[in-house]
Amino acid sequence: MSDMKKTITVRYFAMFREHAGLAKETLSLDVATARDVFEQTRLRHGSGEPNGHCKVAINDEMADWSSAVKDGDTVLLFPPVAGG
Amino acid sequence: MIEVTVDTIDSESLKRSLANSGAGGFCSFEGWVRDLNDGRTVKRLEYEAYEPLVLSEGQRVLDEARQRFAFLEARCVHRTGLLEIGDLAVWVGVASAHRDEAFKACRYIIDELKVRLPIWKKEHYVDGDSGWVNCERCAAHGDH
Repeated sequence: MSDMKKTITVRYFAMFREHAGLAKETLSLDVATARDVFEQTRLRHGSGEPNGHCKVAINDEMADWSSAVKDGDTVLLFPPVAGG
Repeated sequence: MIEVTVDTIDSESLKRSLANSGAGGFCSFEGWVRDLNDGRTVKRLEYEAYEPLVLSEGQRVLDEARQRFAFLEARCVHRTGLLEIGDLAVWVGVASAHRDEAFKACRYIIDELKVRLPIWKKEHYVDGDSGWVNCERCAAHGDH
């Protein structure tokens, strides 16, 4: 992929928000997919290992980890859910 | 219809809202806050939801259930905020012509909601500790 950086707003929820110490931040990242965003922010905040039960959304639509992200996107990182 | 609320859930009025002259059966599920989880005594629970996606993904679940089980009416309400032991955390109700569709749809809806909606639950224990359900252990070990 291109090495051009993208401006991505990342939103953290529940445990991820507590690990990051913030609910939202806008970053300049060299990323192609939602997975790249997850990995880079995980390294940035020293969070635990990722796991298959985490979910991601892009611009308020549920997405896959392989979904492409583009400049200006908002990526929402969801730790394992526990409704009910 | 799916809703998120910080207010007490009134299951009786929800049930009445599903009244339908073609309905021969009604089935509901209520999720209550219990005082024990994984061997630890729970004092209270804290629910967090990302409402825009709870509503859109929840409606998707209800639409899928309607296609599969052809019920007449269905509704779901999930609470957020601090809940005490015994509080009603989630309510699902389905009215249908016959009982089989109501039972099956109700089961399908609650099962899917629990694994798909962006809702998180933090347990506050009597010893003063707290933890996010489904999060702490797997995040620490990457084993899920």
